[in-house]
Amino acid sequence: MALNKESLGAVGEPFELVVERGKIGELALAVGAKDLTRPVPTFFTTMFHWERLRPGSNPWHKVGMSEERGMHAEQEYVFHGPPPAAGTTLTCTSRIESITEKQGKRGGTLTFAVMVTEMRDETGALRVEARMTGVETEVAPEGTP
Amino acid sequence: MTTMTLPPPRTLGPITRTDVVRYQGASGDLNPVHHDEPFATGAGFPAPLVVGMFPAGAMFAWASDWLGADNVRRVRCRWQAPVFPGDVLVISGTIAKMYEEGDEPRVDLELVATKQDGAVAVRGWATFVRSAS
Repeated sequence: MALNKESLGAVGEPFELVVERGKIGELALAVGAKDLTRPVPTFFTTMFHWERLRPGSNPWHKVGMSEERGMHAEQEYVFHGPPPAAGTTLTCTSRIESITEKQGKRGGTLTFAVMVTEMRDETGALRVEARMTGVETEVAPEGTP
Repeated sequence: MTTMTLPPPRTLGPITRTDVVRYQGASGDLNPVHHDEPFATGAGFPAPLVVGMFPAGAMFAWASDWLGADNVRRVRCRWQAPVFPGDVLVISGTIAKMYEEGDEPRVDLELVATKQDGAVAVRGWATFVRSAS
């Protein structure tokens, strides 16, 4: 089943993300970082917690990606200056940025969906862009479920 | 041109289910395929699949411990092979490019987390500001 192309451009409700010292240390420990006081480069994956506190903030479900044949293909974080430190309150907005198709090497169409989340600080400055790419295969590739 | 010395590779694992649960609790990604054995096997996996952001996070933390967490400007990763509990990953990287962006000295890295069987689990690209020290 194809992805819902009408989800392209869908925008979620803005949600708050407070950068917390405890969460910085918790994620740093979980990934084996030595520096436990500053955000590791993937820290802003913790937006998962904050989305959950704000209904309507995550437009990803509108893409309609299959649980069986969908997977996280790529992830990117772009920082405009140093990553926001503990104490910063960010306002985040997610939108479906693209839905594209390409032919898979082993046959079948691969459909990619990209969601970008912009994170702005108290002054309105763009500090972080998180870009998640999911892929859905038309048929399950051989050797994987 | 400043010379830069790469730190030694970092080993992650053998990865336990507890490592994965700790990561998922920290990140907030609670997808059950990564910790719920009956759910994962019911979906056709031999065991819970290690959540991809865990080794990706470890890979970029190796770089930020080296170059400074405040100096990161961009990271990107792509998953290439599944990882399961018991797997051991070796994280390493190479310097792809050193250059100036405006007045800011920067370095681009290519990173990789390789499984014990040689398969690349995650490939990554990172850009850091090179600090003066």
